[in-house]
Amino acid sequence: MNSFGIFLTLAVFYLFSKFYEKRKVFYLNPVLLSIIVISLILKGFKISYDSYMESARFISFLLGPAVVSLAVPLYKQRHIVKTYAKEISVGVVFGGLLAIASAFYIAKWLGANLDVLLSIAPKSITTAIAIGVSEKIGGIPALTAVLVILTGILGNAVGVELLNLARIKDRVARGLAMGITSHGLGTARIILDDELSGAVSGLGMALNGIFTSLVLPYLIELLK
Amino acid sequence: MYKGLAIIFGFLFMGEAIAEIFELSVPGNVIGMMLLTLALLTNIVKLEDVEREAEFFVRNMSVMFIPPGVGIVLYWGLIKSQAIPIFGALIVSFLLTLLLTAKFVELLRGEKK
Repeated sequence: MNSFGIFLTLAVFYLFSKFYEKRKVFYLNPVLLSIIVISLILKGFKISYDSYMESARFISFLLGPAVVSLAVPLYKQRHIVKTYAKEISVGVVFGGLLAIASAFYIAKWLGANLDVLLSIAPKSITTAIAIGVSEKIGGIPALTAVLVILTGILGNAVGVELLNLARIKDRVARGLAMGITSHGLGTARIILDDELSGAVSGLGMALNGIFTSLVLPYLIELLK
Repeated sequence: MYKGLAIIFGFLFMGEAIAEIFELSVPGNVIGMMLLTLALLTNIVKLEDVEREAEFFVRNMSVMFIPPGVGIVLYWGLIKSQAIPIFGALIVSFLLTLLLTAKFVELLRGEKK
């Protein structure tokens, strides 16, 4: 039964994304729902994760070329990078470090163990890169994947409202903060608000992914 | 199609090789992405040669998170016993990062005017 994991993943995701298309509410995030339902199916039928992963690995293998492919949207937005070079670069360094340090120290203060600290540190970068970074620094990639998605859902759900409450009016500041904090799901929400904010958010996400993957492995040694 | 795929996998391979040879902690795919961005900027690779294939991968990325995400079943006990630090840190860090980054960038831009 070599194709079981692939079939299950694609079928469940297909159903939930169809559902999401009809009712676009943040808590119906098709990736999160698919993870939950497939986990329950494995549990219910007493199927081990390993035997599911044996064939589903083929799907996640494609994350490698997908991350490389992020070069294309990045390249296409190069004029925005040039226009806002200063705010984007300083913002990514500030926000990227803040996201890592705040997650790490708050979790530590609340009594998290090392596995959890290493898994939560990359929570603000795009899932594809976060999984690789978590693996590199000795975290639990599965836990990181779920925490990243939850962070994205938070941004998608309440990010714009929070920025309004805090009276942040600057479109570049709003977009950049959203992309750096809540990656793709945050970007998907703020782009509905304002196109420039959305473009800056996408760039913030991509550059924060690169920045975090470059500094986190070294930074984590200091934080520990 | 094969040209685009060969370029994407070629850069992935290069990124992985560099990460391994220099024993870098950066994931090979991120290095591959940076190299491909540079190659596009310097016209070594033409956008139209990789555009369709790259957009296919990027558009369909979310399904690829599911198998690693399902790995969460192996850590159910850990999450239950650490629920407060995990979710406390997640929410507070989210609030701090979003609001302080936005405020910081706004101040940065205000000064320029």
